[in-house]
Amino acid sequence: MRARGWLVGTGALLAGIAVLATGLGLAGYDAGLALGALWSGAFGSWYAITSATLVRSVPLVVIGLGLAIAFRAGAFNIGAEGQFYAGAIAATWLGLHVGSLPAPLAAAAVLSVALLAGALWVAVPVLLRVRYGVLEVISTLLLNFVAEATMSLVVQGPLQERQGIYPQSDAIAEAARLPLMPGTRLHAGFLIALAGAAVLHHLFTRTVWGFQLRAVGLGQRAAEISGRIDSRWAVAGALAISGAIAGLAGGIEVAGVSYALFQNLSPGYGFTAIAVALLGRLHPLGVVLAGILFGALEAGASAMQREAGVPAVAVYVVEAVVILVVLLAESLRRGGTTALAAIGSATGTAWGRG
Amino acid sequence: MTPALELIGIRKRFGSVHALRGADFTLLPGELHALLGENGAGKTTLMRVAAGLLRPDSGHVRVAETEPHAFSPRIARRLGIGMVHQHFTSVPAFTVAENVALAAGWPVAPSRVRERVRELSARVGLPLDPDARAERLSVALRQRLEIVKALAAEARILLLDEPTAVLAPAEVADLLRVIRRFTESGGAVVLITHKLDEALSAADRVTVLRRGEVVSSGAVEGQSAETLAAAMIGGSLSEAGGGPPPASAAPGPPARGVGARPAVRIESLDVARDGGYGIALRGASLTIGPGEIVGVAAVEGNGQRELLRAVAGRLHPLRGVREVAAPVGFIPEDRSTEGLIPDMTLTENIVLGASGSEPWIRGGAIDWSAARARTAELIQEYAIDAPSPDIAAATLSGGNQQRLVVARELARRPAVVVAENPTRGLDIRATATIHARLRRAASEGAAVLLHSGDLDEVLALATRVVVVRSGAVILPPPDATRETIGGSMLAGS
Amino acid sequence: MTETIPLVAGFLAAAVRVATPIMLAATGETITQRSGVLNLGIEGMMLAGALAATLGATAVGPWTGVALGIGAGMLLAAVFALVVIGARADQVIAGTAITLGAVGLTGTIYRQAYGAGGAGLDLPTLAPIPLPGLSSLPILGPALFSQPAPTYLGFLAVPIVWWLLFRTRAGLALRATGESAEVARASGVPTRRVRAAATLAGGGFAGLAGATLVLAQVGSFAERMTAGRGYVAIAIVVLGRWHPAGVAVAALAFGAAMALQFLFQTLELDLPYQLFLMLPYVLALLALAGMVGRVRAPADLAKP
Repeated sequence: MRARGWLVGTGALLAGIAVLATGLGLAGYDAGLALGALWSGAFGSWYAITSATLVRSVPLVVIGLGLAIAFRAGAFNIGAEGQFYAGAIAATWLGLHVGSLPAPLAAAAVLSVALLAGALWVAVPVLLRVRYGVLEVISTLLLNFVAEATMSLVVQGPLQERQGIYPQSDAIAEAARLPLMPGTRLHAGFLIALAGAAVLHHLFTRTVWGFQLRAVGLGQRAAEISGRIDSRWAVAGALAISGAIAGLAGGIEVAGVSYALFQNLSPGYGFTAIAVALLGRLHPLGVVLAGILFGALEAGASAMQREAGVPAVAVYVVEAVVILVVLLAESLRRGGTTALAAIGSATGTAWGRG
Repeated sequence: MTPALELIGIRKRFGSVHALRGADFTLLPGELHALLGENGAGKTTLMRVAAGLLRPDSGHVRVAETEPHAFSPRIARRLGIGMVHQHFTSVPAFTVAENVALAAGWPVAPSRVRERVRELSARVGLPLDPDARAERLSVALRQRLEIVKALAAEARILLLDEPTAVLAPAEVADLLRVIRRFTESGGAVVLITHKLDEALSAADRVTVLRRGEVVSSGAVEGQSAETLAAAMIGGSLSEAGGGPPPASAAPGPPARGVGARPAVRIESLDVARDGGYGIALRGASLTIGPGEIVGVAAVEGNGQRELLRAVAGRLHPLRGVREVAAPVGFIPEDRSTEGLIPDMTLTENIVLGASGSEPWIRGGAIDWSAARARTAELIQEYAIDAPSPDIAAATLSGGNQQRLVVARELARRPAVVVAENPTRGLDIRATATIHARLRRAASEGAAVLLHSGDLDEVLALATRVVVVRSGAVILPPPDATRETIGGSMLAGS
Repeated sequence: MTETIPLVAGFLAAAVRVATPIMLAATGETITQRSGVLNLGIEGMMLAGALAATLGATAVGPWTGVALGIGAGMLLAAVFALVVIGARADQVIAGTAITLGAVGLTGTIYRQAYGAGGAGLDLPTLAPIPLPGLSSLPILGPALFSQPAPTYLGFLAVPIVWWLLFRTRAGLALRATGESAEVARASGVPTRRVRAAATLAGGGFAGLAGATLVLAQVGSFAERMTAGRGYVAIAIVVLGRWHPAGVAVAALAFGAAMALQFLFQTLELDLPYQLFLMLPYVLALLALAGMVGRVRAPADLAKP
């Protein structure tokens, strides 16, 4: 990432925090206390860093990586939330039944089925786009609501806990759970996220596939005519992979954090990850850093609520301001293009010199 | 006589490019004034200033001796100036009537608007169906729409930008007739063109622009092709490498490898219209041998696009035989949306056209430093004006962009080269480079299939000419002249 | 069988009531999209309108709430317009950010204003206004003519917006901007101003929709209460083919699908209620797929 990107990102973050502080002050909260809690909740202790910030960053990074793939190809997957839930449901279902398998196998099986479920959930929008040209922005969005309703159905029905009191599932088998870093709640999913970022970086910079994705996203017509790339399948593939990865994120959350299914498992990860992917400029390293940043914000937000009484949702305002500032900075510099082109080409010249 | 329009000392810069360096232009009422110059001389820019679309860096615009303080398209329209551009400037999804209403500022009362359009277009000799969708109009009808729009807005000054570029000879005659009627009724017309003979035959007065400055201006009487050409290029005709078009389209010296297996063979090919409805090409048959340059003479919309693209493998035929030797190099018409990805670097654009057998692609991986080195080589070889292979393609000028596309396609040492309007919008030097490259490719054994809207370019380059009209491929007789070829391009002849 | 008529009438009335906020938001979004702007922030604007309406109603009265709701929607729309039209930034991302920010803002302000207890159910609301004569028509009477004021506003908006879009010069200019901004500019249309106005109008409608949701349907505020209705409105615009009448019909159909859950509850069917939650969205998806090839968005939609 280039120096300017860092500058803009930092500036955006400061702007967001400034807006938050001002707003809190106006609303009568103790802004100093709130910001202090925000910081300590995110970075104040080893425990905070590992078990709050990093843990919260995992779904954001994983989904963000998948979205980076989709966005590069110009496919706007806004349904990551629903795909996350699909993966979580599948992971829970299998996780309840694989107790007899050895631990690594059980966990792998659970994550695999989550991957599959995510891919299946996005299959309909993919089909609609490939065969009918239906805007995936809308079809993926609509399926989010279907997923939420399905979640509700499932935790009150087929997967409900044996005791039948609360709308949640039983805990999944021990064997299916991801190992934790001793003394913390940081689970192996974090390593999966980092490994994924490394793999994706290689794929984006060095492979023909990665290049073709960018080509389709930056100039679909030229990619088809001069590059002889079948853009429909490139886009479909990118969408499918991003859905699968979002599903995987859901599986990781179940196998690593919650060990069970309940409603509102996701406080909007699928949407926040959009911001993470874009702030990370669709670059795997950037996505990791942006994911950790937003994970920190949301971890800090819980602390802020506990200690200063500020509703945790206030942190969304920070996130929104960060996104808007980065967008503005990028657009003003380039005289306005879709952010995709702005982000893509900013990293492009770096890629080209592989 | 009070001039209808005066442009005085117009200067305009785009970044580091000085498009206009103090150009003066005077238009008298009732005259047809040709604005002549090479591609890139500044003709369109000057007229866009006159139409209020561009603000000059300095200079004055006067309409009938009044100088408006602020000039915008709206004010230009109110002052009676209407511009007809080279590219389509109507809303594709709107009907003819809606487009006219928008351009002329008429109140939106559908039946009344339709009536007015029907009546007006018939009256000026350019009848149009008000309910037709603009995007479905043929090129000639689209141009009619542009002119009717200007007239509906009560233009008394018409600025026509290369209107004949896309018309067949007989359609050109029709258009000039209509323009004459307009000038006879007191209107004034500026005809932007790069065609000498058009200026000589049609205009009353002619102004020549070269590199943003006026080099000559006055009555057409007393001018000749030589004097005008000399003004346009600052030298003699032969220096420019151009010259009067060949009198016949007889095939040139036998191509190398005549009798050898044809590089392109299509038989009874049917191809659906690209981006439209119906079948554009029917029962097309053509063979091209290595070393031949086959030029396609056609009016846009008759199926030549589908012919070229089907041969290049970019469109799939509905039926018929297609045997084309590999590899195929394709130079598409629209370099910025089909030939290049503007936001990508030059290296990446070269990689874009890779066929997979290049040394810098192994397995599914790309060796970027090797690709970059190759790009640097091509930049040298094709004289592309670029500081490094790492700049974005968007920063190149049109001529350099086209050189890049040609470099990429020819570097592949293709057996077949398909080129669509390869020199459109380019200056004389870039045009000459590309012509030379195409000829060189043919002499090295490639089969070249080429189309240009400029019939003279086709005739100059081709060793053999075919005509495409209404979806059929027509082979002109060996003694065909420019006139007969032009005639056979039109339906009904 | 005497129960079916009041049942059907009740169902239709519920359908119209539920459809109204969506119809209002979608009508506004139609204007916005016709000018070439894709506003994904509509969900946030609706939510902001809902909260502003709650505050206004508590402080003064329901009509003040409506006014504040419209204002809140337009305020967020102004921010959105500045970013995407002023700075020409990407519309999808900016819209998503606006919605995200609105969720945060409304959540924070709501808790601050009402504390943990919430606004409660004693909010002054907009009662149904039966139209004399018309409301006594069988079946359709209570459904169409005995609704709160915003529903009538929504119905009135249809012919008015239609007339504005298709029978005025301003509407022609707006549509031209959405189809081909470059051509519009060449014809003298101030495209940026047109888009800004269209965006503000859309925001106002979204705010009104939010106000309607609180004051004429649910009766109180809850965080994230819009539950995706704003996004649904976007799908409705597509289903209605960017035409005010089509959009109204699509919205009513969606409302009917949503109202099915009430109907089936009364019928005491033994089906999980979540199926009825899902149904409208699934139907919308099917309808979208069914519109294959015959759908044409404004050609310059979402281009900066």
